[in-house]
Amino acid sequence: MKNFIRFIGSCLLFSIVVNAQEKPADTISSKDLKEVIVIGKKTQLYKKQAKPLATIDEYLQQSTKVDMIRRGSYAWEPMINGMTTERTLVTIDGMRVFGACTDKMDPITSYVEVSNLSEATIKSGQQGSCHGATIGGSIDLQRNRSGFSDLGWDTSMKTGFETNSQQKIIGSAINYAGKSFYVDTDFMFRDAGNYYDGNGNEVLFSQFRKFNISAISGVSLAENKLLEGFIIYDKATNVGYPALPMDVALAEALISSLKYEYVPKSSTIADWETKIYYNTITHKMDDTKRPSVPIHMDMPGWSNTFGFYSKAKGVLNNHHFIVDLNSFYNRSVAEMTMYPADSNEKLMFMDTWPDVKTFYSALFLEDNLALNSHSSLKFSGSLARHFNEVASQLGLESLQIFYPDMKGSQSRVLKSISSNYLFDENGFSYSFGLAYGERAPSVSEGYGFYLFNSFDRYDYIGNPGLHNENSVEGNVSIGYKIQKWSAKMSSSYFHVSNYIVGKPDANLVPMTIGANGVKIYKALDYATIFNADLNLEYQFWSDWRWKGQLVYSYGKDFEDKNLPFISPLRYSYSLNFKKENFSSGITIQGNAVQTQYSPFYGEDRTPSYAILNFDAGYFFDFEKVKCNVKAGIENVFDAYYSTFSDWNNIPRKGRNFFLNVAFGF
Amino acid sequence: MKFLRILPLVLVIIFASCTSDNDDATVDELEGLTKFKEISNTTHTIELYKHMGGLEQGYNEIALKIKDNATSQYITNADVSWIPLMHMAMMTHSCPKSPVTKVSTEGSVYEGYIVFQMAQNTTEYWDLKIDYTINGTAYTVTSVIDVPASAKQRVTTFTGSDSVKYVVAYADPHHPKVGINDMVAGVWKMQDMMTFPVVDNYKLKIDPRMPSMGNHGSPNNVDLTQTVAGDLYNGKLSLTMTGLWKINLQLVNASGTVLKGETITDAVPASSIYFEIEF
Repeated sequence: MKNFIRFIGSCLLFSIVVNAQEKPADTISSKDLKEVIVIGKKTQLYKKQAKPLATIDEYLQQSTKVDMIRRGSYAWEPMINGMTTERTLVTIDGMRVFGACTDKMDPITSYVEVSNLSEATIKSGQQGSCHGATIGGSIDLQRNRSGFSDLGWDTSMKTGFETNSQQKIIGSAINYAGKSFYVDTDFMFRDAGNYYDGNGNEVLFSQFRKFNISAISGVSLAENKLLEGFIIYDKATNVGYPALPMDVALAEALISSLKYEYVPKSSTIADWETKIYYNTITHKMDDTKRPSVPIHMDMPGWSNTFGFYSKAKGVLNNHHFIVDLNSFYNRSVAEMTMYPADSNEKLMFMDTWPDVKTFYSALFLEDNLALNSHSSLKFSGSLARHFNEVASQLGLESLQIFYPDMKGSQSRVLKSISSNYLFDENGFSYSFGLAYGERAPSVSEGYGFYLFNSFDRYDYIGNPGLHNENSVEGNVSIGYKIQKWSAKMSSSYFHVSNYIVGKPDANLVPMTIGANGVKIYKALDYATIFNADLNLEYQFWSDWRWKGQLVYSYGKDFEDKNLPFISPLRYSYSLNFKKENFSSGITIQGNAVQTQYSPFYGEDRTPSYAILNFDAGYFFDFEKVKCNVKAGIENVFDAYYSTFSDWNNIPRKGRNFFLNVAFGF
Repeated sequence: MKFLRILPLVLVIIFASCTSDNDDATVDELEGLTKFKEISNTTHTIELYKHMGGLEQGYNEIALKIKDNATSQYITNADVSWIPLMHMAMMTHSCPKSPVTKVSTEGSVYEGYIVFQMAQNTTEYWDLKIDYTINGTAYTVTSVIDVPASAKQRVTTFTGSDSVKYVVAYADPHHPKVGINDMVAGVWKMQDMMTFPVVDNYKLKIDPRMPSMGNHGSPNNVDLTQTVAGDLYNGKLSLTMTGLWKINLQLVNASGTVLKGETITDAVPASSIYFEIEF
């Protein structure tokens, strides 16, 4: 609360200063602080990607705001500004989806395919609070849709192969657009074996197999009214997690929505979109393939979410505003059954996510005020109600062992407010902003029961008495762009109060065999996280382009101890050549030594690394068939390395040759 | 519209049937109990009841009714006592037991507990002698009873460091649940072969563990203590999951000395005295 008051104070001061500078305003289009990673919009855009059939994880990794925690080849967990799933928000076209695994083996991004998506929009901090409460920021994965742009049929075939893990990829898309109707369908299948690290050693249990099928269809009801339905079915089987003690037998998702879009004529409302959605996820862990386990166990999890949002965008004089009313209901259930060595004994059963029901509703408002042709001021705020209920009697009574006075339900109010000033004139731009946001504890943090974390090797117990975590953030960016050069530096600072982490309780005996102890989720007084990134781009000799990225991160708790998963200095440089239908690129990426590691959370010092990637492609444009061929080598020098975000230091892939071919008809 | 006309009638029937049910309801003193044995003499038949089937080694709550063989009426004004006896090759002994009391003044059910510290075998057996007095006339009945070994350990007999022989038995919960259970157990000492009085003011320390799952324990257990002298001991038992639990015990006397049992450590995975429950 103290933080909130402090923040309101600074906000007021800030708006006074800004108002004093106000000039007569022109109407200009609004600008937004966001980063967009283009994934692939229809066949033609595949030309631009170094490896078009890369996984969604590999795409997201390109962002300076995003790091990926890697537990194997599959289903990496995205972090935004150095913050993991609990503190961030990942949505699919604005829809909330929640993973069904207590061990975070199924981030939302693992239930979509690149073929489903056109782009990923990454917003930092409270800029991303439109679709829900967040601290670190948001990623919105946007669906690929053809709309009514190119009428007629559009078919494409994609196939790929990667040598290192023997990954085979095959996909197809069939799209049709008529005058008042369109339908897009796509299919993708991947099958990969174990990969090999830079020393040529096979990384056991790193295989996976996945298929994904999706359809999206829109009907124009009138010139300005559109009804659109969309569905994704995604199924991964036999997924190995070399960094974890268990694999996954099945990760299955059905994601669906129905959207109504209305574009009123001559009204202040420019666009009004309403969507209802439903998704269901089933996740089943599997330890049967591991050579020796202390005890065999089944750990299935289920997550079902219903939700809706109604979002109106409008323009009133020089105000560009957004009103978004959204709500969801989620049910998360996970259980654990252990099989004693003596089969005459009864099975050991517990609720690890005790049928937790979450009901969330929020009103989000944003006003982007154009002050003049080169500066604008953006305010946004949201107010949400967050309600949790433990529906399993067994689960509730389990938690009451630790918290005898615990009640079955809990209601919270979550607030968010942010303001940004943007200036842009003659290639020179800068922005700064202040924001305050809150989040509720996640299901695991609030209600998890003996969840084993193989990173620090502790069993974690949720804490239903946790307060909201809240963050005060400041961000600054400065950029300069002339014809050939562009440079942009941005940084953000978060002061997170009631920072939720697990704290060891020496009195408790761990349940998991071989665990170091039991940690209970507690709130630290505060933690601070700082990120700064520099993006440079230089275009020369008309066909060449050089890009550089440098990211610095810092994270400490109130006792000046390091936070986990804070990136060391990381960099990436790429040189690209493109002439007519030929393109090629060389990329160097690496990390400095991780000196700011946290032994308390199971981290150790990670050495520096650098790898070199190379790719080349040619686009064949025959009369009726277009063909894009891309080939390349990743980790050309077969370096053995692992990064700060590789779970339990599992090594990354050694040298890998890939070939991606796409045909468009 | 027809439905609306029928609706009041339906409602009347529903509510009428509800009220008639309520009128019939009386307190059933035998609710949840099943008859496991009848013992007869020439005048009466004693019916023995128990929760969940027959007797077994350990603590047994037993209810009984006395039926007049002539009238088939149940006796409501008897004074009842009992003596269980173990017949071994070389000797005979009894076991801890409570007095037999009437459950309610109007009813006909009498109850008490008997703790069979050992099970029968091919050559050794238990019998139960019930003495009762009705309107000043004394009667008796004796019968061999079936006391098989319990599947899991529910009673333990040992000599404490004070050289006293103790019997410690698990009484409750009958149906353990995941969560915090109200746990009840009894502590008796063997004064002689026939006398096993309740031990007062001791403490029974508990440490539940799962031997099949790394011998992990559970938090926030409350050791068993006695609130009223002569009663059983009460405490709290936390069970974090279903399965087989070993409740390791330590018996502590009023001055805080451990008479029997060990603290669980990595080197000492189990105490020498314990109970087992499985659910």
